[in-house]
Amino acid sequence: MDIIVCIKRTPDTETRIRIADDGKSVDPSGVKYIVSPYDEYAVEAALRMKEAAGEGEVAVMTLGDAAAAEQLRASLAMGADRAVLLLGDAGTDGLSTAKALAAELEGAPADLVLFGVKAADDDQQQVGPMVATLLGRPCVTSVATFELEGGKAVCHREVEGGAEIVEVDLPAVVTVTKGAFDPRYASLKGIMAAKRKPLEEKEVQVAPARLRVDALEYPPERPEGRVVGEGTDAVPELVRLLREEAKAL
Amino acid sequence: MGDVLAFIEQRDGSPRGVALETATVASRLAESMGSVAHGVAVGGPGLAEALGGMGGYGLHRVGVAEHPSLAPYAAEAYARIVAGVARDGGYGAVVFSATALGKDLAPRVAVRLDVPLATDVTEVEVEGGALRLRRPVYSGKAFARITLDATPAVFSIRPNVFQPRERPAAGTVESVAVEIAAEDGKSRTLRFEASGGGHLDVTEATTVVSGGRGMKGPENWGLLEGLRDALGDGTALGASRAVVDAGWRPHGEQVGQTGKTVSPKLYFAIGISGAIQHLAGMRTAQTIVAVNKDPDAPIFNVADYGIVGDLFEVVPRLTEAVKALRVD
Repeated sequence: MDIIVCIKRTPDTETRIRIADDGKSVDPSGVKYIVSPYDEYAVEAALRMKEAAGEGEVAVMTLGDAAAAEQLRASLAMGADRAVLLLGDAGTDGLSTAKALAAELEGAPADLVLFGVKAADDDQQQVGPMVATLLGRPCVTSVATFELEGGKAVCHREVEGGAEIVEVDLPAVVTVTKGAFDPRYASLKGIMAAKRKPLEEKEVQVAPARLRVDALEYPPERPEGRVVGEGTDAVPELVRLLREEAKAL
Repeated sequence: MGDVLAFIEQRDGSPRGVALETATVASRLAESMGSVAHGVAVGGPGLAEALGGMGGYGLHRVGVAEHPSLAPYAAEAYARIVAGVARDGGYGAVVFSATALGKDLAPRVAVRLDVPLATDVTEVEVEGGALRLRRPVYSGKAFARITLDATPAVFSIRPNVFQPRERPAAGTVESVAVEIAAEDGKSRTLRFEASGGGHLDVTEATTVVSGGRGMKGPENWGLLEGLRDALGDGTALGASRAVVDAGWRPHGEQVGQTGKTVSPKLYFAIGISGAIQHLAGMRTAQTIVAVNKDPDAPIFNVADYGIVGDLFEVVPRLTEAVKALRVD
């Protein structure tokens, strides 16, 4: 059971985003970086599948700059066996990212390629299925839980109002969302072992980005709100305001 | 620019509500560009009969691909068909709705057309003949103005942001050739399992009643269900991460950075403190109401109206008051 998990280095979800002076990127000062939360679910899923199979390998891969090695080590500390850092910059163009990843994955036999459903910075939710289409492998997205049964994965795919149960033949691509795969904490032993696990770095060609960010803006400030009152006595006034002022009822 | 193609999402053989939004955006965009808007729909036999109304939302023509194996969503077959229509028609833009299906389908279509994709767009403008899109990033902590340097421009629109607008057009329904390939069978949708009692999904709702840790336990959710029912059609339940992690509510209800991002007309935050990750998921709601017993809860900074008090008393009183309104 060989699995490759593609991860991304993103700002911590606690971060207050500050726009840099160029007006189109995020000011990195003071920002703590993590493995994108959905990617952690994917790494956890991979580790559990390998453990259940009793053999195989979990590799983690990322497209980024040298700093992304930190996130690869974090995944190795969770229990992945080896890591690959593809040095390249696709900007915010998911298709360029997907092409760079697919070029690497093409030659790498893997029963499963896993992604987080989306990255916690761009929120584009596209690289996983794009890679699958480029590789010509079937793909199920936004999977909260899945099981492997004799050459197939049975996936619970999150859709409006519930889940679609989708069966997919391996080799396949699955993008993972929050659900069954609560990520384990890396143990101290795991962190120490991670330093000795193989982390390969290679420069890759990245197709020029054709999705361009012209500007980043803060969300519009909400006008100041007010506390209408305390307890049940405030309810009639709240309802009146919602009806007459906000026109929401 | 060229004509604009709207993907018409269907469920159980009828167009979904979001399809009216997609059609509206496509027809408005076509108008700004001096071109026309068409639709493409994919599904099981009989779908064509359900599409007559799409002309009323500005589509001059709707291509329909019908086949039994297309009745449940079949990703690669849908992608092949939609990309084929887009390519053959020389469209300048292709619009999807960023639903679960749209977010799965659009990337595959973009690859087949070899163009970038903008997901979950909240503003579509034409400036000097060029398409300018705006979309939330960092879970809505910022917005990016973006340009797509490719043709067609492929993007998906966030549900519930663009109001459907009626504008009469021919809406002629035509057949589209169906191509199924052997490898489509590698992925099989077996069945749908409803959760949350089959109620409206939080991303599709115009009003959301959301509960947090202040609710004290899953057994108290009847309180919020009562308010939801009183508020009527178009209301859904939401939840904070804390109550989802505690197992009180399903993940499908979670609003926030690792949950759903919603833009309803009205959002009730009940017993929710207002952590930055939760705000990221709901701060674009038109009107936000907070009920919390802690006057210092951060949620009051983002709420338009707040009541400081015991939600176990306030919510039933609120439900009564809303019911009384409905009766009027």
